[in-house]
This record gives sequence, C-alpha cells and structure tokens, in this order.
Amino acid sequence: MSGKTVSFLGRLVTGARAHWKGCEPDPRQRIYFANHTSNLDALVVWSVLPQAVRERTRPVAARDYWTGGWIRPWLAKDVFHAVLIERKKPTAHDNPLVDMLEAMGDRHSLILFPEGGRFPGPEPGPFKGGLHHLAVKRPDVELVPCYVENMNRILPKGEFVPVPILGGVTFGTPLRLEEGESKPDFLERARQSVWALAGE
Amino acid sequence: MRLWVEEKDAMNVFGIQLDPVLVRLLLGVLGILVVASVIGAILARRATTERGRATVSNLNARTKAWWVMVTVFALALFVGRAGTVILFGLLSFLALREFVTLTPTRRGDHRTLFWVFFVITPLQYLIVWQEWYGMFVLLIPVYAFLFVPLRSAVAGDCTGFLERTAKIQWALMVCVYCVSHAPMLLTLEIQGYAGSPLSLLFYLVMVVQLSDVFQYVWGKTLGKHPIAPTVSPNKTWEGFIGGILTASGLGAALWWATPFLWWQSGLVSLGICFMGFAGGLVMSAIKRDRGVKDYGALIEGHGGVLDRIDSICFAAPVFFHIVRYYWT
Repeated sequence: MSGKTVSFLGRLVTGARAHWKGCEPDPRQRIYFANHTSNLDALVVWSVLPQAVRERTRPVAARDYWTGGWIRPWLAKDVFHAVLIERKKPTAHDNPLVDMLEAMGDRHSLILFPEGGRFPGPEPGPFKGGLHHLAVKRPDVELVPCYVENMNRILPKGEFVPVPILGGVTFGTPLRLEEGESKPDFLERARQSVWALAGE
Repeated sequence: MRLWVEEKDAMNVFGIQLDPVLVRLLLGVLGILVVASVIGAILARRATTERGRATVSNLNARTKAWWVMVTVFALALFVGRAGTVILFGLLSFLALREFVTLTPTRRGDHRTLFWVFFVITPLQYLIVWQEWYGMFVLLIPVYAFLFVPLRSAVAGDCTGFLERTAKIQWALMVCVYCVSHAPMLLTLEIQGYAGSPLSLLFYLVMVVQLSDVFQYVWGKTLGKHPIAPTVSPNKTWEGFIGGILTASGLGAALWWATPFLWWQSGLVSLGICFMGFAGGLVMSAIKRDRGVKDYGALIEGHGGVLDRIDSICFAAPVFFHIVRYYWT
C-alpha cells in the first residue's frame, strides 16, 4: 500500500479538505505548524497536501506513540517517513531539534505540532519553544500556520473508534521571525496565527 | 432480481429485462439534460457581465453534476431493489455526516454518534430491505429516539443535554428516517398498476427535483419578492409559484408512469412540490443558523449531498403515505 492509498483513505475517513487561505500549495521547504487535538492530526494534514508536496513533507511525531503496535510503526516509517522524536526526556544526544533539522536537510518540509501534545481545543494551547528554534536556525524556510478542524470530534482523546464527521485543514499566511522579536512574543504570534484560522 | 412488470410487458435490452415505463422516464430526463447543456453552452457565449458569467458558470457546473447524479440514480434503479436501497442508504449516511458536522456536539456524544452512524442508520436500511413495515416506521421515532438520550446520559455530560439530544434526533429524522421512505416505495403493492414501483420512485425524485430546478429558473429570471429574506434571499414568491406550478403541470403530464389519473397526478405532484419547497426552506434556516452557505462540497455547483436532497427529505414520507393510504 502506497502513500497515495493511505492519503486517499485518510481523506475518505476524515472527509478532510484543504483550504488554502493564505498561501498556495508549493513543494518548497516549509514548516507546517498546526493545533493538535487528535491522533489523526498528522495523518490528516499530510493527506490533504497535494501529492508533489506530500512526497517531500514529513510529520514530526512522538516516538512513544508511533512505535506502539504494528500499524503505527509501519505508517510512520514506510508511509509518512515521520521524524520520530523523544518528547518525554530529551537529552543532549537525543535532542529532537537536531533530529528535525537533520530530517529537513535541503529538501524536506515538516509538519509540526508545537503544543507538544494533544489539547482538547478548540483554541490551541501554549506553544513550546521548538518552532522558535527552527525559525532561528532556518530563516529561509516558510512557517505556515494550519488549523485542523473537527479532528477532536472524529477521534477525541481517549476514544478508539472514529465517527465520520467531516474535517478540514486551513492553511494560513506564512510567518517569519521578525528582527528583534523575543521568543515568547514569536511563539504567541504563531499560536494566534493558527487560532485566527479557526473561524475561516 | 425481482422484476415487477409482467414478462410480456418488459423491454429487452441486451438480454436485460427492463421496465419500459422507467426507460421512457429516463429518456425524458436525458432529453432535458441535453437541452439544458445546449442552452448552457449558448448562454456561456453570450454572457458579458462579470455577474452574468458567474451565474452561467454555476449553472453549467450544476448541469454537469446533474449528468453524474442521473447516471448514478439510473444505474442503481436498473440494478433493482438492492442497488436502490444501497444508494439511498449511502445518501443518508453522507447527509447525516454533513448534518452532524454542522451540529455542535460535545465529547460526551461520541459513543452516541457511533451508534447513530454505524448501527441505527444501517439497521433502518436493512429493515427497508426486509420490507418490515412495522419496524420501519418505529425504529427511529421510538427506539432510536429513546436510545440516543440514554446513551448520552450514560456518558455523563449534562451540558446542553436536551439541545444536544434534540439535534442528534433531528439529524436522524431528516437524514435517515425521511430519506428511507423513498426506497420503501418499492415495497408497496399497488392494485391495478402495470408499471413497477421503481418508476414511481423515479417519478417522485424527478418531480421534486424539477420543482427545485424550475424554482431556481423562475427565481433567477423573474424573482423579485423574497418569501423569507432572513432565511434564503434566493427563494422568491415568483420562483415558488412558477416552479411549483410548472413542476406540478409536468407531474400531471407524467400520469402514464403512475397509478394515478392525470388530475390525481397533478394534485399529488403539487403536494410533493410543496413539501419539497418546505424541506429546502427548513434546511436553509438551519444553514443560516450555523452560518454556512452549503452543507458540504461534494457535488460541484450544488454544495453537499444534503443541499441536493433537502427537498426529498420532506417530500418522500408524505408521498409514501399518500400512495400507501389511497392506492394500496
């Protein structure tokens, strides 16, 4: 089963469509950062991207979740080419930021959930610092805010059977780190840019 | 496959026995679509203003989608009862999906919704397939309506409980219960009717949809006085009267496809056109309340499935019971 099939199934189950509000789909290097309410989020953002973009886009996902069972490791490794990171106890030689930068190289885009875990929503919780770090290290990369809608209704935290409510992903206007902008200011601005897409 | 018409009346196409009445109705619809496509092409050349072009391009998108919808519907009918029950079951499922998406349900409704989508809806269509009339009329209004609040209560979230329950019940009522009356027409044994109930179902869908189309056409050309401007600025008195009278007239002219006399056919059509209008208006009010224009985006130019079948939701049960009461 190829990425095409998985993305088709992802769109079928979640009914999700992409709404490109602030930018056009483009295979250039980007970091898509989104709110996180459901385990389906990485699948759905990845699935709604056009194939040419999807092929170069890798979701950043929690290692503890995506190595459990047998479907998840296969999806993460062979289908999504996910960047699996340690979110519980990052150490000097197990630093998620190094993994992310390495995974991007000069070709790949990332899908990132800067809340660092699932929030019941609808408003995204406070962002962790990783997004800022990537923005500093890779000023050439566009940071695209994404709002994932209804995933917490399709598969809420703690449930294992999805219900077929229609989801959607809205892509907003790319951000850049402003000159002299502090880390908390930037993270709050990024969070607001995701939340602002909710009503659109 | 069960064929309702007598073998001597059946039409043989490539070795498949078909109901000649249904074939004639379908040819009529294909004729209308050809005419509509030609008119659309001419209008596309003539449109000069920006707004005119937008209207014509939407019109042509709608016509194109009609070709697809008619093809799917005709294929299901020609497969017979199984195809028809499956098609309407899928339509119910998709409509329910669009409706529930717009309804602000809560975390505590998750398991209830699972039952609604994956147990109650398939069960209703299984009952249609089994031709079990008694349970067909009871399953949703009695058992499902009592089960839904029970399941949500067990989940333990009381915020807006009555409102949430009512919304899920109404979703089941409109999208599943009402729609399932259309394929249930196939179970009616109508005395002295030479055609098959498939033709009767085709007649229902055709008259209701023609009424929608002519309300749109009359509204776009002559419409000035909105009926309920806060609900839908596109529904005008001119469109309503013109559309319903035109479709009822066409309904009367289709009496040969039904067990009705020509004037009965006209009256029955008037009734289902009126119900169709009511369905469109009510479903629009729900959309306005939720602040959206369409229920979905599955059908190019039309919106979602529910935008297209809203009129059938209201017309099908009334048509079913009129036929059942007076003709069986």
